[in-house]
Amino acid sequence: MSAPASGLAQIGKSVFIKGELSGSEDLYLDGQVEGSIALKGNSLTVGPNGQVKASVEAKGVVVQGKLEGNVQASDRVELRKSAIVTGDITTQRISIEEGAYLKGKVDIHRADVK
Amino acid sequence: MSSVSQNFMKLFRGSSGPETIPEQGSQKLIRRSSGLGELSRVWESAEDLCVLDLGSTSATNIRHFTGRGHRIYSEDLLTASTDPELLTKDEQGVVVLDSRKFLADNLVYPAAHFDVVFCWNLPDYLDESLVKPVVGRLWSVLKPGGMLLAFFHTRDAGPDSPCHRFHIVGTDTLEMKKIVLRREARRGPTGAVHTAITDGFQLQRVFNNRHIETLFRDFVSIKFFLARDNIREVLVVR
Repeated sequence: MSAPASGLAQIGKSVFIKGELSGSEDLYLDGQVEGSIALKGNSLTVGPNGQVKASVEAKGVVVQGKLEGNVQASDRVELRKSAIVTGDITTQRISIEEGAYLKGKVDIHRADVK
Repeated sequence: MSSVSQNFMKLFRGSSGPETIPEQGSQKLIRRSSGLGELSRVWESAEDLCVLDLGSTSATNIRHFTGRGHRIYSEDLLTASTDPELLTKDEQGVVVLDSRKFLADNLVYPAAHFDVVFCWNLPDYLDESLVKPVVGRLWSVLKPGGMLLAFFHTRDAGPDSPCHRFHIVGTDTLEMKKIVLRREARRGPTGAVHTAITDGFQLQRVFNNRHIETLFRDFVSIKFFLARDNIREVLVVR
Protein backbone atom coordinates (compact mmCIF):
# COMPACT_ATOMS: atom_id res chain seq x y z
CA MET A 1 0.00 0.00 0.00
CA SER A 2 1.33 3.48 -0.82
CA ALA A 3 2.06 5.68 2.20
CA PRO A 4 0.98 9.34 2.19
CA ALA A 5 3.53 11.80 0.90
CA SER A 6 4.90 14.37 3.32
CA GLY A 7 3.21 17.77 3.18
CA LEU A 8 -0.14 16.13 2.51
CA ALA A 9 -3.15 16.86 4.74
CA GLN A 10 -3.93 13.65 6.63
CA ILE A 11 -6.72 12.16 8.68
CA GLY A 12 -5.37 9.31 10.78
CA LYS A 13 -7.10 5.98 11.30
CA SER A 14 -8.34 6.79 14.78
CA VAL A 15 -10.14 9.94 13.64
CA PHE A 16 -13.90 10.00 13.02
CA ILE A 17 -15.48 13.00 11.29
CA LYS A 18 -19.15 13.53 10.68
CA GLY A 19 -20.16 16.44 8.48
CA GLU A 20 -19.00 18.40 5.45
CA LEU A 21 -15.32 18.20 4.70
CA SER A 22 -13.86 20.66 2.20
CA GLY A 23 -10.41 21.94 1.36
CA SER A 24 -8.00 23.31 -1.21
CA GLU A 25 -5.19 20.80 -0.81
CA ASP A 26 -4.71 17.08 -1.36
CA LEU A 27 -6.04 14.88 1.42
CA TYR A 28 -5.00 11.43 2.65
CA LEU A 29 -7.85 9.91 4.64
CA ASP A 30 -7.25 6.80 6.71
CA GLY A 31 -9.99 7.33 9.28
CA GLN A 32 -13.76 7.44 9.17
CA VAL A 33 -15.78 10.16 7.49
CA GLU A 34 -19.54 10.46 7.16
CA GLY A 35 -21.14 13.25 5.20
CA SER A 36 -19.59 14.90 2.16
CA ILE A 37 -16.08 15.60 0.90
CA ALA A 38 -15.38 18.46 -1.52
CA LEU A 39 -11.83 18.93 -2.77
CA LYS A 40 -12.33 20.59 -6.13
CA GLY A 41 -9.03 20.82 -7.97
CA ASN A 42 -7.33 18.51 -5.48
CA SER A 43 -6.97 14.79 -4.84
CA LEU A 44 -8.42 12.49 -2.22
CA THR A 45 -6.76 9.24 -1.21
CA VAL A 46 -8.73 6.83 0.94
CA GLY A 47 -6.10 4.78 2.73
CA PRO A 48 -6.35 1.07 3.48
CA ASN A 49 -7.98 1.75 6.86
CA GLY A 50 -10.21 4.48 5.52
CA GLN A 51 -13.97 4.09 5.82
CA VAL A 52 -15.84 6.79 3.98
CA LYS A 53 -19.56 7.09 3.91
CA ALA A 54 -19.89 10.29 1.93
CA SER A 55 -20.38 11.85 -1.45
CA VAL A 56 -17.01 12.82 -2.89
CA GLU A 57 -16.12 15.61 -5.27
CA ALA A 58 -12.46 16.03 -6.20
CA LYS A 59 -10.03 16.26 -9.08
CA GLY A 60 -8.61 12.79 -8.49
CA VAL A 61 -9.67 9.99 -6.17
CA VAL A 62 -7.61 6.97 -5.13
CA VAL A 63 -9.33 4.30 -3.05
CA GLN A 64 -7.52 1.65 -1.06
CA GLY A 65 -10.13 1.21 1.67
CA LYS A 66 -13.91 1.45 1.82
CA LEU A 67 -16.01 4.11 0.22
CA GLU A 68 -19.78 4.24 0.21
CA GLY A 69 -21.14 7.16 -1.76
CA ASN A 70 -21.09 8.72 -5.19
CA VAL A 71 -17.80 9.94 -6.58
CA GLN A 72 -17.34 12.80 -9.00
CA ALA A 73 -13.74 13.23 -10.12
CA SER A 74 -12.93 15.82 -12.74
CA ASP A 75 -9.76 13.96 -13.73
CA ARG A 76 -9.26 10.38 -12.57
CA VAL A 77 -10.41 7.62 -10.23
CA GLU A 78 -8.17 4.74 -9.16
CA LEU A 79 -9.49 1.69 -7.33
CA ARG A 80 -6.64 -0.28 -5.82
CA LYS A 81 -6.93 -4.01 -5.24
CA SER A 82 -8.15 -3.59 -1.65
CA ALA A 83 -10.81 -1.04 -2.58
CA ILE A 84 -14.44 -1.67 -1.73
CA VAL A 85 -16.64 0.94 -3.36
CA THR A 86 -20.41 1.16 -3.30
CA GLY A 87 -21.71 4.07 -5.33
CA ASP A 88 -21.69 5.66 -8.73
CA ILE A 89 -18.49 6.99 -10.25
CA THR A 90 -18.38 9.86 -12.74
CA THR A 91 -14.96 10.78 -14.06
CA GLN A 92 -12.83 11.27 -17.14
CA ARG A 93 -10.61 8.26 -16.56
CA ILE A 94 -10.74 5.23 -14.34
CA SER A 95 -8.25 2.58 -13.33
CA ILE A 96 -9.35 -0.57 -11.48
CA GLU A 97 -6.86 -3.06 -10.10
CA GLU A 98 -7.57 -6.78 -10.07
CA GLY A 99 -9.35 -7.58 -6.82
CA ALA A 100 -11.08 -4.23 -6.36
CA TYR A 101 -14.81 -4.42 -5.63
CA LEU A 102 -17.28 -2.00 -7.15
CA LYS A 103 -21.02 -1.95 -6.82
CA GLY A 104 -22.34 0.94 -8.87
CA LYS A 105 -22.23 2.78 -12.13
CA VAL A 106 -19.22 3.98 -14.06
CA ASP A 107 -19.87 6.98 -16.25
CA ILE A 108 -17.01 8.45 -18.26
CA HIS A 109 -17.34 12.12 -19.16
CA ARG A 110 -14.59 13.53 -21.33
CA ALA A 111 -15.68 17.12 -20.62
CA ASP A 112 -15.40 18.85 -17.24
CA VAL A 113 -17.44 17.05 -14.59
CA LYS A 114 -19.86 19.35 -12.76
CA MET B 1 -8.76 -35.13 -13.94
CA SER B 2 -8.44 -31.52 -15.10
CA SER B 3 -5.47 -32.41 -17.38
CA VAL B 4 -7.49 -35.31 -18.92
CA SER B 5 -10.42 -33.01 -19.67
CA GLN B 6 -8.06 -30.42 -21.13
CA ASN B 7 -6.54 -33.05 -23.45
CA PHE B 8 -10.03 -34.02 -24.58
CA MET B 9 -10.80 -30.40 -25.24
CA LYS B 10 -7.70 -30.06 -27.41
CA LEU B 11 -8.86 -33.04 -29.52
CA PHE B 12 -12.46 -31.90 -29.92
CA ARG B 13 -12.05 -28.16 -29.62
CA GLY B 14 -14.44 -26.23 -31.82
CA SER B 15 -14.90 -22.52 -32.35
CA SER B 16 -16.43 -22.17 -28.88
CA GLY B 17 -13.93 -24.29 -26.97
CA PRO B 18 -11.73 -22.80 -24.29
CA GLU B 19 -8.02 -22.38 -24.84
CA THR B 20 -5.64 -22.31 -21.94
CA ILE B 21 -3.14 -19.54 -21.61
CA PRO B 22 -0.64 -20.19 -18.84
CA GLU B 23 -0.42 -17.04 -16.81
CA GLN B 24 1.70 -16.12 -13.82
CA GLY B 25 -0.24 -16.97 -10.69
CA SER B 26 -3.56 -18.16 -12.13
CA GLN B 27 -4.67 -19.89 -15.29
CA LYS B 28 -6.79 -17.97 -17.78
CA LEU B 29 -9.02 -19.52 -20.42
CA ILE B 30 -9.99 -17.88 -23.67
CA ARG B 31 -13.45 -18.72 -24.95
CA ARG B 32 -15.33 -17.87 -28.11
CA SER B 33 -18.90 -16.84 -27.39
CA SER B 34 -21.59 -16.81 -30.06
CA GLY B 35 -23.99 -15.06 -27.68
CA LEU B 36 -21.47 -12.32 -27.05
CA GLY B 37 -20.86 -11.99 -30.78
CA GLU B 38 -24.55 -11.41 -31.36
CA LEU B 39 -24.73 -8.86 -28.53
CA SER B 40 -21.65 -7.05 -29.84
CA ARG B 41 -23.57 -6.09 -32.95
CA VAL B 42 -26.00 -4.24 -30.67
CA TRP B 43 -23.51 -2.06 -28.84
CA GLU B 44 -21.21 -1.45 -31.78
CA SER B 45 -24.08 0.21 -33.65
CA ALA B 46 -25.79 1.96 -30.74
CA GLU B 47 -24.94 4.94 -28.55
CA ASP B 48 -25.14 5.58 -24.85
CA LEU B 49 -26.26 2.11 -23.86
CA CYS B 50 -26.87 1.24 -20.24
CA VAL B 51 -25.21 -2.08 -19.37
CA LEU B 52 -25.43 -4.20 -16.21
CA ASP B 53 -22.62 -6.64 -15.43
CA LEU B 54 -23.62 -9.11 -12.72
CA GLY B 55 -20.23 -10.80 -12.50
CA SER B 56 -17.20 -9.94 -10.38
CA THR B 57 -15.92 -6.39 -10.83
CA SER B 58 -14.10 -6.40 -14.13
CA ALA B 59 -11.90 -3.50 -15.14
CA THR B 60 -11.75 -5.05 -18.60
CA ASN B 61 -15.51 -4.99 -19.04
CA ILE B 62 -15.79 -1.49 -17.63
CA ARG B 63 -13.12 -0.26 -20.01
CA HIS B 64 -14.77 -2.11 -22.91
CA PHE B 65 -18.06 -0.29 -22.52
CA THR B 66 -16.98 3.12 -21.26
CA GLY B 67 -14.46 3.28 -24.10
CA ARG B 68 -17.38 3.01 -26.50
CA GLY B 69 -19.33 5.76 -24.79
CA HIS B 70 -21.71 3.48 -22.86
CA ARG B 71 -22.54 3.43 -19.17
CA ILE B 72 -21.91 0.30 -17.17
CA TYR B 73 -23.12 -0.81 -13.77
CA SER B 74 -21.22 -3.47 -11.88
CA GLU B 75 -22.93 -5.64 -9.27
CA ASP B 76 -21.48 -8.93 -8.06
CA LEU B 77 -24.63 -10.84 -7.12
CA LEU B 78 -22.92 -14.14 -6.34
CA THR B 79 -20.76 -12.54 -3.68
CA ALA B 80 -23.76 -10.59 -2.37
CA SER B 81 -25.67 -13.87 -1.99
CA THR B 82 -23.12 -15.09 0.57
CA ASP B 83 -24.29 -12.55 3.17
CA PRO B 84 -25.03 -14.62 6.32
CA GLU B 85 -27.82 -12.20 7.26
CA LEU B 86 -29.83 -13.59 4.34
CA LEU B 87 -30.21 -16.95 6.05
CA THR B 88 -33.74 -17.71 7.16
CA LYS B 89 -36.14 -20.68 7.37
CA ASP B 90 -39.11 -21.41 5.14
CA GLU B 91 -42.48 -22.79 6.26
CA GLN B 92 -41.06 -26.31 6.41
CA GLY B 93 -38.17 -25.20 8.58
CA VAL B 94 -35.65 -25.62 5.77
CA VAL B 95 -32.83 -23.10 5.75
CA VAL B 96 -33.11 -20.83 2.71
CA LEU B 97 -32.00 -17.36 1.70
CA ASP B 98 -34.41 -14.46 2.19
CA SER B 99 -35.08 -13.34 -1.37
CA ARG B 100 -37.03 -10.27 -0.26
CA LYS B 101 -34.12 -9.03 1.84
CA PHE B 102 -31.75 -9.85 -1.00
CA LEU B 103 -33.74 -7.81 -3.52
CA ALA B 104 -34.11 -4.94 -1.03
CA ASP B 105 -30.34 -4.66 -0.99
CA ASN B 106 -29.43 -5.65 -4.55
CA LEU B 107 -30.60 -4.93 -8.09
CA VAL B 108 -32.21 -1.73 -6.88
CA TYR B 109 -32.71 0.19 -10.10
CA PRO B 110 -35.48 2.10 -11.86
CA ALA B 111 -37.76 0.02 -14.05
CA ALA B 112 -36.77 -0.37 -17.71
CA HIS B 113 -33.28 0.97 -17.08
CA PHE B 114 -30.88 -1.35 -18.88
CA ASP B 115 -30.26 -2.17 -22.53
CA VAL B 116 -28.01 -5.15 -21.86
CA VAL B 117 -27.57 -7.44 -18.85
CA PHE B 118 -24.73 -9.92 -18.45
CA CYS B 119 -25.79 -12.74 -16.15
CA TRP B 120 -22.82 -14.91 -17.12
CA ASN B 121 -23.09 -18.19 -15.12
CA LEU B 122 -25.11 -16.67 -12.27
CA PRO B 123 -28.19 -18.95 -12.49
CA ASP B 124 -26.04 -22.09 -12.26
CA TYR B 125 -24.31 -21.00 -9.06
CA LEU B 126 -26.91 -18.86 -7.29
CA ASP B 127 -28.85 -20.33 -4.39
CA GLU B 128 -32.13 -21.95 -5.45
CA SER B 129 -34.25 -19.54 -3.40
CA LEU B 130 -32.86 -16.53 -5.27
CA VAL B 131 -32.88 -17.64 -8.91
CA LYS B 132 -36.50 -16.94 -9.87
CA PRO B 133 -36.80 -13.70 -7.86
CA VAL B 134 -33.59 -12.40 -9.43
CA VAL B 135 -34.73 -13.24 -12.96
CA GLY B 136 -38.06 -11.54 -12.22
CA ARG B 137 -36.25 -8.41 -11.05
CA LEU B 138 -33.99 -8.47 -14.10
CA TRP B 139 -37.03 -8.58 -16.35
CA SER B 140 -38.36 -5.42 -14.73
CA VAL B 141 -35.09 -3.46 -14.91
CA LEU B 142 -34.51 -4.34 -18.56
CA LYS B 143 -35.91 -2.00 -21.18
CA PRO B 144 -38.43 -3.47 -23.63
CA GLY B 145 -36.22 -4.95 -26.32
CA GLY B 146 -33.32 -5.16 -23.89
CA MET B 147 -31.17 -8.28 -23.99
CA LEU B 148 -29.78 -10.61 -21.37
CA LEU B 149 -26.99 -13.14 -21.82
CA ALA B 150 -26.60 -16.12 -19.50
CA PHE B 151 -24.49 -19.28 -19.53
CA PHE B 152 -25.67 -22.68 -18.36
CA HIS B 153 -23.84 -25.98 -17.93
CA THR B 154 -25.28 -28.71 -20.14
CA ARG B 155 -24.22 -31.49 -17.80
CA ASP B 156 -23.23 -31.83 -14.19
CA ALA B 157 -19.59 -30.84 -13.98
CA GLY B 158 -19.37 -31.94 -10.33
CA PRO B 159 -19.24 -29.94 -7.10
CA ASP B 160 -15.61 -29.00 -7.65
CA SER B 161 -16.12 -27.48 -11.08
CA PRO B 162 -14.69 -23.98 -10.92
CA CYS B 163 -16.85 -20.90 -11.09
CA HIS B 164 -15.38 -18.41 -13.51
CA ARG B 165 -15.54 -14.70 -14.00
CA PHE B 166 -15.76 -13.42 -17.55
CA HIS B 167 -13.89 -10.58 -19.17
CA ILE B 168 -14.81 -9.30 -22.62
CA VAL B 169 -11.63 -9.18 -24.69
CA GLY B 170 -13.08 -9.13 -28.21
CA THR B 171 -16.33 -8.88 -30.13
CA ASP B 172 -16.95 -12.59 -29.53
CA THR B 173 -14.14 -13.52 -27.18
CA LEU B 174 -14.13 -13.94 -23.43
CA GLU B 175 -11.34 -14.46 -20.97
CA MET B 176 -12.37 -16.76 -18.13
CA LYS B 177 -10.70 -16.71 -14.77
CA LYS B 178 -11.51 -18.84 -11.75
CA ILE B 179 -13.17 -16.90 -8.96
CA VAL B 180 -11.41 -16.82 -5.61
CA LEU B 181 -13.51 -15.20 -2.91
CA ARG B 182 -12.23 -12.46 -0.64
CA ARG B 183 -13.21 -12.65 3.02
CA GLU B 184 -14.18 -9.02 3.32
CA ALA B 185 -17.18 -7.31 4.79
CA ARG B 186 -19.03 -4.82 2.67
CA ARG B 187 -22.14 -2.88 3.46
CA GLY B 188 -25.09 -2.60 1.15
CA PRO B 189 -27.57 0.29 0.85
CA THR B 190 -29.78 -1.05 3.67
CA GLY B 191 -26.81 -1.40 5.99
CA ALA B 192 -26.56 -5.17 5.57
CA VAL B 193 -23.02 -6.42 5.73
CA HIS B 194 -22.02 -8.81 3.00
CA THR B 195 -19.31 -11.25 4.00
CA ALA B 196 -17.95 -14.06 1.90
CA ILE B 197 -18.49 -17.23 3.92
CA THR B 198 -17.20 -19.85 1.51
CA ASP B 199 -13.94 -20.35 -0.31
CA GLY B 200 -15.65 -20.77 -3.67
CA PHE B 201 -18.98 -21.18 -5.42
CA GLN B 202 -20.42 -24.61 -6.12
CA LEU B 203 -22.49 -25.59 -9.11
CA GLN B 204 -26.04 -25.69 -7.72
CA ARG B 205 -27.95 -27.33 -10.54
CA VAL B 206 -27.97 -28.16 -14.23
CA PHE B 207 -30.84 -26.63 -16.18
CA ASN B 208 -32.28 -28.41 -19.18
CA ASN B 209 -33.85 -26.51 -22.08
CA ARG B 210 -37.32 -26.76 -20.60
CA HIS B 211 -36.14 -25.36 -17.27
CA ILE B 212 -34.45 -22.47 -19.01
CA GLU B 213 -37.53 -21.70 -21.09
CA THR B 214 -39.64 -21.73 -17.93
CA LEU B 215 -37.18 -19.51 -16.11
CA PHE B 216 -37.35 -16.91 -18.86
CA ARG B 217 -41.00 -17.39 -19.80
CA ASP B 218 -41.79 -13.69 -19.32
CA PHE B 219 -39.26 -12.70 -21.96
CA VAL B 220 -40.47 -12.25 -25.53
CA SER B 221 -37.82 -14.38 -27.23
CA ILE B 222 -35.07 -16.83 -26.35
CA LYS B 223 -32.14 -18.06 -28.40
CA PHE B 224 -29.81 -20.95 -27.55
CA PHE B 225 -26.19 -21.35 -28.59
CA LEU B 226 -24.67 -24.72 -27.79
CA ALA B 227 -20.90 -24.77 -27.36
CA ARG B 228 -18.48 -27.68 -27.33
CA ASP B 229 -17.28 -26.95 -23.80
CA ASN B 230 -20.64 -28.13 -22.37
CA ILE B 231 -21.90 -24.60 -21.94
CA ARG B 232 -25.27 -23.54 -23.29
CA GLU B 233 -25.43 -19.81 -24.00
CA VAL B 234 -28.84 -18.22 -23.77
CA LEU B 235 -29.77 -14.83 -25.18
CA VAL B 236 -33.19 -13.52 -24.18
CA VAL B 237 -35.04 -10.39 -25.16
CA ARG B 238 -37.37 -8.56 -22.81
